Amino acid sequence: MSVDAKTVRRIARLARLEVADDKLDHLAGELSGILRWIEQLNEVDVSGIAPMASVEDVQTPMRDDVVTDGEKRDAVLANAPRSEEGFFVMPKAVE
Amino acid sequence: MGTLNKLTLAGALKGLEARDFSARELTQAHLDAMESAHALNAYLVTTSEQALAMADASDARRAKGEAGPLDGIPLGVKDLFCTKGVKTTAGSKILGDFTPPYESTVSDNLWRDGAVMLGKLNMDEFAMGSSNETSAFGPVVNPWRAKGADVNLVPGGSSGGSASAVAADLCLGATATDTGGSIRQPASFTGTVGIKPTYGRCSRYGIVAFASSLDQAGPITRTVEDAAIMLRSMAGHDPKDSTSLKADVPDFAAACTRSLKGMRIGIPKEYRVDGMPGEIEKIWADGMDWLRKEGCELVDVSLPHTKYALPAYYIIAPAEASSNLARYDGMRYGARVDGADLTQTYEKTRAAGFGEEVRRRILIGTYVLSAGFYDAYYIRAQKVRARITEDFKTVFEQCDALLTPTAPSAAFGIGARNNDPLQMYLNDIFTVTANLAGLPGISVPAALDSTGLPLGLQVIGKALDEETCFAVGGALERAARFDAKPGKWW
Repeated sequence: MSVDAKTVRRIARLARLEVADDKLDHLAGELSGILRWIEQLNEVDVSGIAPMASVEDVQTPMRDDVVTDGEKRDAVLANAPRSEEGFFVMPKAVE
Repeated sequence: MGTLNKLTLAGALKGLEARDFSARELTQAHLDAMESAHALNAYLVTTSEQALAMADASDARRAKGEAGPLDGIPLGVKDLFCTKGVKTTAGSKILGDFTPPYESTVSDNLWRDGAVMLGKLNMDEFAMGSSNETSAFGPVVNPWRAKGADVNLVPGGSSGGSASAVAADLCLGATATDTGGSIRQPASFTGTVGIKPTYGRCSRYGIVAFASSLDQAGPITRTVEDAAIMLRSMAGHDPKDSTSLKADVPDFAAACTRSLKGMRIGIPKEYRVDGMPGEIEKIWADGMDWLRKEGCELVDVSLPHTKYALPAYYIIAPAEASSNLARYDGMRYGARVDGADLTQTYEKTRAAGFGEEVRRRILIGTYVLSAGFYDAYYIRAQKVRARITEDFKTVFEQCDALLTPTAPSAAFGIGARNNDPLQMYLNDIFTVTANLAGLPGISVPAALDSTGLPLGLQVIGKALDEETCFAVGGALERAARFDAKPGKWW
């Protein structure tokens, strides 16, 4: 399947990536090339096969529900692009 | 003392124990070598003061008879591993001046065992690349050059800084990571040894995530024994990574000299791909001869779904990456570019922070996970992954390990292959299957090609059987007698 510029714009929005208008066609071409190559997977008989998310067939382990870490506000905020009075500062999210 | 950085890791441990030199002298020799090797662009950060302090502490421990298994050994750390108080970039601009307030488990294990940190090593951005050219901080240069040429070559990727630093004697060993071949392919390109252990052997805690079901840490070193020593320290169960395996870590170094008599080595016919250079065919055949002489029985085997491994990988890895990299939103850490509103701030931050290849993979990943395409692409790829894993299960009923070339070519020129992403992806054709199936794979230098560039052979083992990889790798190393070093031009 090939993707067009409109699809690239939609995907870029979903991925929260700004893409300049004059880059859309070029990207559509590149992504279409990769997707066409990927489509050889359609040759594989996958009937009756369960999708494999992990190579480990063990169940995800449960841990005890206890606090093992914390009281590290300053360490958590140390890398914030902007912080004030112990909080992250971010742009207004709700009008 | 000018050649201490040319020792093997095992040799340096013996020298330290015999008091032939101190950890401080050993560390200083490396810092001096690093200072004169900026042309390689292997290190992004040099932690000289910290290195010398760690070396002094190591000398004090040794004097008291309390030396650990890696005490005083200077190592480089791929910049994908979080290091407490030392800037960590993942080869990207988007992390800005991110300085982790915590240490990755793998690097912590190395310091626990006494190793010394020399600095952080350059890499492809978020480990996405096969040539180290996607780094936001410029490509790493391979210390190897073709005979009589002065063209700069890539060291492979994504662990290009690790491979280049080890090959150029800028550390005794380096941490690396491998999602589709990022330890083994650069090892092959630089005449070094690299092992990707079984998925879950090493904790992923504190390693910047690329594709979580495939990412695995391992060492790059100059000898098989050195890799075995280093992996033993890196590996082990970690409650902070729920996929880390609760398995004992054996003495890998003891396996390096194990007899191979009676061992069955599979030769997968699907790895004989069209257009493979004759010289790679030849080293593969040489490898078979060497193992036959060690008493191995060679078995022709088939892994019928091999050709589908790369396309499946280029769905699964970008899908996981697009999800993992959603965290880089410019709010809690890293760089931020302000926009008119929150969404625009996200979009501008991510467009400015991510490089071209990372943006491309995020878009592919988002597409294959999007409504209407999820089943056709992502679920199908996961089913093909199951088929590939079954292939390995079947062949490991007929043999103990597989022998293959590591990469389909030797190192190529910087800039020579980055016009077409698909051509770059093909670098991982022989390595990516082990990631999809979670199996250990080691690359060992086998020979120089006619232009004087190194080529590696790969041994793939059963899950949790790194020992067989080390045993076969050790035998290949002894038979190959690979002792070539790049001529110093930098």
